[in-house]
Parts: sequence; structure tokens; C-alpha cells
Amino acid sequence: MKKVGVFGPGCKRCQATAELIAERARALGVAVEVTKVTDYAAIARAGVVATPGVAVDGRLVHAGGLPQASAVDAWLAG
Amino acid sequence: MNDIPARDEPRRGAGRRAAAEGGDGRIGRGGRRPATRLAWYGGTLAALLLWALAHASLPGLAEALVALLPVERASPAGEAIWFFLYDTPKVLLLLTLVVFAMGVVRSFVAPDRVRALLAGRREGVGNLMAAGLGTLTPFCSCSAIPLFVGFVSAGVPLGVTFSFLIAAPMVNEVALGLLVGLVGWKVALAYLLLGLTVAVAAGWVIGRLGLEGQLVDWVRELRTQPVCVAEETADGPARIRAGLEAVREIVGRVWYWIVAGIAVGAAIHGWVPAELMARITGAEAWWSVPLAVVIGVPMYANAAGIIPVVEALLAKGAALGTVLAFTMSVIALSPPEMLILRRVLKPPLIATFAGVVAVGILLVGLLFNLIAG
Repeated sequence: MKKVGVFGPGCKRCQATAELIAERARALGVAVEVTKVTDYAAIARAGVVATPGVAVDGRLVHAGGLPQASAVDAWLAG
Repeated sequence: MNDIPARDEPRRGAGRRAAAEGGDGRIGRGGRRPATRLAWYGGTLAALLLWALAHASLPGLAEALVALLPVERASPAGEAIWFFLYDTPKVLLLLTLVVFAMGVVRSFVAPDRVRALLAGRREGVGNLMAAGLGTLTPFCSCSAIPLFVGFVSAGVPLGVTFSFLIAAPMVNEVALGLLVGLVGWKVALAYLLLGLTVAVAAGWVIGRLGLEGQLVDWVRELRTQPVCVAEETADGPARIRAGLEAVREIVGRVWYWIVAGIAVGAAIHGWVPAELMARITGAEAWWSVPLAVVIGVPMYANAAGIIPVVEALLAKGAALGTVLAFTMSVIALSPPEMLILRRVLKPPLIATFAGVVAVGILLVGLLFNLIAG
């Protein structure tokens, strides 16, 4: 089970990012738990300066803008 | 810009390959065949040539279209229609080009790297760097708070953070693209330099005032490390894609504002007498700059809607300093932004921020009128 955190105050792109990750995980058959982190202090503690940020198993892999589907696949596969 | 060949297929392929090759989150270098790379570069070149061709044929096209209409070319209506038919496609073309170029440039600059660069940086040089990087960093309003908190908590000085936060929205690709398209590159350059000056100076002043105590408590107490994202490395085609993505996202979002703005501008061109405008907003009327700032600050319009109107005002004899001050105060300061900042700043700091930026814009406008007038 991969733990994926999506960091952002709940803007449209953060929603889209969380949905994209869930959708790619379904397509690849990878078990994930997607958590949305909306608290500004928690976002800052994770080191995210541009939202949406994405952390996979505690490692920050993306910050700012909707990630590419291919990048999401690589995180989920890695 | 839609004729880039083989736009989706090679990428998906590259992504699958990267995933298959151990999937360490890296796409790009070595993950793409040379032929695909060449297709990307060739496609971009072809698109640029097509762009130049379209741009060169615009004035003739607009004349031809107006000639088809049952209006006198020299009448106010004819003047307004020609302006609208010529300017709308011209501006959209130029905006597309600037946004694309900026999208490519921005793929080299990420906010987390900027933070690592600025953390612990001294004021002065720090303000200068922050303002410069602010214009280059991808930034959206929903990122404003995380960015502010992330900067301050990782040891970027408050004044330096403000320089970044002032420059990022004020000197943006939409404003610059529209200014180049409508008023010319000299005015765009003046806007860029004056905007940076305001951002550097206002940030420096805010830093000098020692207002760290005016941060909301949890922000003041928070300490974070300037972590960098283990981001995928990007190659040429990925950067071109970033440019296209910027065009799709930004031009797609602002084009109707631009059309509306140009329609208002066209009406001004056709019907507002030049001499009236010069009297209200000309360089002789010193009070026009403060008036422009006072009207501009509470106004909440984006660059896309305001700059076509500004262009028409300029054409009618408004002074450049006044017009630049108006543009800056509309774009850089807005009530919604203040409301968002309320979550991390106490009211006195918000008031100081707005006041210092407004005074900076005012001085820049007055000085510019003095020199240019």
C-alpha cells in the first residue's frame, strides 16, 4: 500500500491532482491511500511552496501545477 | 500552435519506458528517441514560421474585412471596427507567443529551488534576486499562502519574501505579452523595469520596518527546512510541452477578457475625443497619478482586461506614467488578495504592505511623467 499525500488548500487543481492519482492507481492496479492535506502549517512543514504538492511514502516528488499522467505512473511504479 | 506533430503518443511511450526502467520518477534524458526529439523541434519551428506569417498578414486582412462592411473607413464606427478586427487577433497571437516563451523559461525555475536560493539571503541583494525570480516563477493565487509561509518559515527574510510576492503577480507574462502586442516593446520594458523597481524597493522598506511581530502567531513560530522536490528532470521536448501547457491554460483562461477589453478600447478609439483625455490624464495634470492609483487599487481586473483599455487611453493622449501607475495598481493590489493574506498577516502588516506598494507605484508614475513629459 502506497501512501500518497496531496498538499494544497483545496483549489481546483489540487482536486484534479488527487483524482488523477487515484485514477492512475486504479488503471495500474496499485493499491494507494490518497490523503488530502489542506492545513497551511502542515503544507509548510512538508516543504511544499507551490501547490498542489505530492508526496509518495513521505518523499516530496512534485510541487506546483497538475502533474503529468506519465509522472504519476512513475511514482506509483517506483 | 496546435500543429505540433505526434504530441501525445511519444510522451506516453516515454512515460511507460521510464516506469519500466525502474521508475525513479525521471522522464526525459535518454527516455526519448532522437527522431521524436527532432519532430518536436521541427514542429516548434514550423509553428513559429506559421505564426510569423499570420502576424504579417493581419493589417491587410483587417482592411479587407472593414471594406466589406457598409461603413466609412474614416468614420468613428469604421475606426472602431478596424481597431477591433486588427487588434484582437494581433494581441492574441502575441500573447500566445509570449506565454509560450515564458512557459518554456519557467520550466527552468521552480519555487522550491528559488526558496533554497533565497533562504538566509541578506536584504538588498536578496530583494533584487527575489523580485527577478518572482517574475520568472510559476505562481498562482492559490499558491500565495503556501509560498509565503514556506519562504518565511525556511528563513527567507520578510522583506525579501515581499519583494517576491509583489513582483510575481505584477510583472507577469500576460501583462508583458499584452503590452508588447498593444503598445510596443519599449513600454513593456518600462513596465518590467518599473515593476521590478517597485517590488525591490517596497520589499526592502517592509524589511527595514521590522514587522516580523505582525505575522500571525503560527507562521512566526513555524520553522521548516528548505526542502527541494525530487522532481523529474525535463528535456527539450518536455520544456516545449510546458510552454504549450501554459498557452492552453493561460490563453484559454484570459482570451475573453482580452476581447472584452479590446471592445472597450475600440469604443474609446472611435468616440472619445483625444483632447478630453489629454486634459484629464495628461502629464501636466500632476494629480492624475494619485488619482490613477486611488482608482486602480480597489479595482479588481486582470491584466488581460485592463491593458487593451490602457492602450486606447494612451492613444488618446494620456501620460505614460499615469497609465503605468494605473495598470500596476490594478494588477498588483486587489481586495481579494488582501483578504487571502489576512490568514497569515495581521492587519497592520497588510495595511503597511498595501501602503508601501501604493506609494512606490505613485512615485514611479510621477517620476516617469516628469522624465518623459
